[in-house]
Amino acid sequence: MVARLHIWPPYLFPPPQGVLESLWAGFADHSFWIAIAVSMKRIAIGYALSVVIGVALGVGMGSSKFLEQTLGGLLVSLQSLPSICWLPMAVLWFGLSEKAILFVVVMGSVLSVTIAMESGRKQLPKIYAMAGRNLGARGFKLFLFVLFPASLPYLLTGLKQGWAFAWRSLIAGEMIFVSLGLGQLLMMGRDLNDMSQVIAVMILIVAIGYIVDGLIFRTFERRLQYKWGLTSAT
Amino acid sequence: MTTSPQRVQSAGDRYASSRLAVWPTSGVASARSMQTAVEERTPKVALQDITLEYKTNGSTLVALDRINLQVKAGEFLCIVGPSGCGKSTLLHLIAGLQRPTSGTILIDGKPVHGPGTDRILIFQELGLFPWLTVAENVEFGLKMKGIPKSERKLKVGYYLRLVQLSQFADSYIHQLSGGMRQRVALARALATEPDVLLMDEPFAALDAQTRDLLHDELERIWAETGRTIIFVTHNVREAARLGDRVAIFTFRPGRIKREFAVDQPRPRQIEDPAISRCAKEILGDLREEINKSLEQEYRVS
Repeated sequence: MVARLHIWPPYLFPPPQGVLESLWAGFADHSFWIAIAVSMKRIAIGYALSVVIGVALGVGMGSSKFLEQTLGGLLVSLQSLPSICWLPMAVLWFGLSEKAILFVVVMGSVLSVTIAMESGRKQLPKIYAMAGRNLGARGFKLFLFVLFPASLPYLLTGLKQGWAFAWRSLIAGEMIFVSLGLGQLLMMGRDLNDMSQVIAVMILIVAIGYIVDGLIFRTFERRLQYKWGLTSAT
Repeated sequence: MTTSPQRVQSAGDRYASSRLAVWPTSGVASARSMQTAVEERTPKVALQDITLEYKTNGSTLVALDRINLQVKAGEFLCIVGPSGCGKSTLLHLIAGLQRPTSGTILIDGKPVHGPGTDRILIFQELGLFPWLTVAENVEFGLKMKGIPKSERKLKVGYYLRLVQLSQFADSYIHQLSGGMRQRVALARALATEPDVLLMDEPFAALDAQTRDLLHDELERIWAETGRTIIFVTHNVREAARLGDRVAIFTFRPGRIKREFAVDQPRPRQIEDPAISRCAKEILGDLREEINKSLEQEYRVS
């Protein structure tokens, strides 16, 4: 509609069919597929890392007064730092490598997971740990089979938020740090003055975010609600 | 040891059998003879001078004061007392979840140093795991013990049948009624095959009919499995209905005021006049302590 008005020239505001053509062309010459594959691989590794690190940090802070008091305040203030600010540090440490991108992704999302895990462990009724110990679970087994599953409803919000942050950090990182991926495709659209491609890639980024949220997290959430008998999301 | 027919079944028989236990016709006689046979042996649980103190803002609260108590193997001991007398805490101490300030807890003559699956506590709040199904809850203790999967399955099946919850094996906890949850907790505790079962006011939150039903079931399961049970309650009738012996606790500091043998044949009924008479006698002793606890409550508020 807006495009039809011809207020802006098509190279600044392309009509929908132009965007569709770009999408089609991108998938046809495999450049979109490759970019999606590269980005998904990065996010999978980066997100997995930040969940593991975040859970470990959260548990550490939940069980140690010293860690909580030293790291606790720092983490909350660090969360106000846009994740892309970690890129210069990442490039200096790791050079222009995959590691640098992963570092940005992890730094962007690890804090959400950490904070959720920590507060989850604090809210967790003591009875689960006691019942677990009573039935012979201790140490790592107690964590793996009792404390972790017990805190999942509390952790879920953090996991979702962490995913969103990770995805954003990744795209931002890829835009600046040119080496394949959806972010780079977006920048290529800018460099070639191809607004249709820019919009097509933006649609892709949103779509992937939506699909992951809808397929993975919603299913997970429903499963959790069914098991625990919760009526609404945590 | 003279035993009822169920007790001489081999373990394999027990798990494989889908038959639910019924009381032996000679149940009364065998329960009697078992008690006399057990008397000479070392106590299953022995508490020696157990004292527990809490320090709060400089003042010391004595929760438990030199508790001495012995429980024989296969005995059903009930502990009654006003709320706040430390009777639940005593179970936590025996379970090894908490340490006494002084004194020793002996199981079969060996001191307790922490939690162990020879003693399983059924919490007042149950503490069932909502992320696991009924069967997985029952399986939990076995998994922690490292028992192989095939054996776990047999045991879970057996104990679910014992508490009559086989059809609910795949249900989640929130889908069950209060009485059913209670039975899951019982099955979960029994599945690890503890020598001593510690029960902390397990039936307090249930309606009267469900409670009566669970009393019958618990008595049957106790007879069938031969466990030693220490059962804490504030319900005097419940104590008289279930216990071989009832220990009455004083209010703050918790001491044993009196021990009371309930010499009644089993299976019992809560309506038995003899049970009512016992309950009345225990209540007479307990009333004074309840009054003390109420007085303190009013003074605080």
